[in-house]
Amino acid sequence: MKQGIFEIIENRPLNGEVMRLRLRGDTGAITCPGQFVNIKVEDCFLRRPLSVCDWDADSLTLVYRVVGRGTEQLSKMQSGHLNLLTGLGNGFDLGPAGERPLLIGGGLGFTPLYALAKHLIAQGKKPQVLLGFASASQVVYEEEFKALDCDVILCTEDGSRGMKGFVTQAMPGLDYSYFYTCGPEAMFKAVNDCAVTSGQFSFEQRMGCGFGACMGCSCETLYGVKRICKEGPVLRKEEIKWQT
Amino acid sequence: MADLSVSLCGIELDNPVIPASGTFGYGYEFAQLYDINMLGTFSFKGTTKEARFGNPTPRIAECTAGLINAVGLQNPGVDQVIGEELPRLERVFHKKVMANVSGFSVEDYVYSCRKLDACDQVGWLEVNVSCPNVHGGGMSFGTCPEAAAEVTRAVKAVCHKPVIIKLTPNVTDIVSIAKACEEAGADGLSLINTMLGMRIDLNTRRPVVANTMGGFSGPAIFPVALRMVYQVSQAVNIPVIGVGGVASAENVIEMLLAGATAVEVGAANLVNPFACRDIIEALPAAMKKYHINALNEIIGGCSHG
Repeated sequence: MKQGIFEIIENRPLNGEVMRLRLRGDTGAITCPGQFVNIKVEDCFLRRPLSVCDWDADSLTLVYRVVGRGTEQLSKMQSGHLNLLTGLGNGFDLGPAGERPLLIGGGLGFTPLYALAKHLIAQGKKPQVLLGFASASQVVYEEEFKALDCDVILCTEDGSRGMKGFVTQAMPGLDYSYFYTCGPEAMFKAVNDCAVTSGQFSFEQRMGCGFGACMGCSCETLYGVKRICKEGPVLRKEEIKWQT
Repeated sequence: MADLSVSLCGIELDNPVIPASGTFGYGYEFAQLYDINMLGTFSFKGTTKEARFGNPTPRIAECTAGLINAVGLQNPGVDQVIGEELPRLERVFHKKVMANVSGFSVEDYVYSCRKLDACDQVGWLEVNVSCPNVHGGGMSFGTCPEAAAEVTRAVKAVCHKPVIIKLTPNVTDIVSIAKACEEAGADGLSLINTMLGMRIDLNTRRPVVANTMGGFSGPAIFPVALRMVYQVSQAVNIPVIGVGGVASAENVIEMLLAGATAVEVGAANLVNPFACRDIIEALPAAMKKYHINALNEIIGGCSHG
């Protein structure tokens, strides 16, 4: 983990309430896809944790939805600097991916999967990307994934784009070696139930610190208590204790 | 050369800055960020007889100038703390640590304190009779002078090291509880723990934290903490640690003027993991600005209005 000052290069809407924020600064602490950053936002006490969508040696990209005061404040910043903690969380383990991993994003859950897809491709894998959104107007990053040369399968709940229905309705027809997913927890349970391979889930939780100090985001797993911010946010299928 | 040292219950501290329990884990996360030996000491995560998962999530709510937490004393239990956390800490922290202890019965407190008292690394026992996030223990001991005194007496009977009782602000008269602890043999007091608070999510119309209520901390509570430190330190003859919203070198000086011998820094660590380092490094300049040569000379130095 590192604390650093980042310059805002771009902070603009992709559609409605979804924003893309690009920052320039020292990304040296980010070691793998699926990690997150924790941003100090003016007039907010706690930092705001956001998944890293993409990064290179001196810049990073975040995609976020304006849902509350923190993200609203953040969305107003068109220029200037932000204080970030970077390199937080465990990130995805690319080891078990196999040749044809399936990346399943629900809504903005695609965010960490974008960097993951890039890394998997760099390793010579052929990731398939399954993206679910509520409706056509919500769809973002379809083109970005296609530009990586991934197979992209799009689902919308109302059928206004791609397949009609949830991502789990598209899963049975797919051939995959492993899966990685990020999205709402209700989707996780459904993915877990219909997946035919093992996989990893990137969880979301309200955090105090984001670096393992406060125990604000702890969860029980089959292998003991884990902090979503530290031993997570990515948990393996085999360790998750599903709430009944 | 500015003298930052203070003496806390007979143990010299290089400076009065102590990360507060629950915001610093068992030190390990922070030791990876900076040399935590620069701290006066730190108070480790509240430890109980048995391991505890704590409360359901969400446990955290944002507030103006602070946060609400309802962690509920998550910890691995005293035996694992002694068996695993303290040996791991020993490699990165070479000073005496403050052992923060919670319980659900007098026997619980005695059990954990007796074991931690026997550890070389432990300098002080900080007995938490003020956790607002657990039922049937914690704060219930700290809201009644007799119960607080009973815990104090029982722990003192089995400990050789200084026993500091951590008090809750969620009471009508904190001074009477402080005096009861002093009379029961407490070597020091730390105050305040968090203030009971609540937030409601306007979208869901449900409490933000799963436990409905939680402990409010952060800069917003600093004036309340300062006032209580002032009142209590006037009334007792044992050292008081000022806790609550401390976030700057100036806050440290203000707490000492109010009567605190040392301060604990809590919520600030969660936002700025380097907060305690930054405060310690800022102290000499702040002391110079306010014409202070030695911090131990200003304790209780606030003139009466």
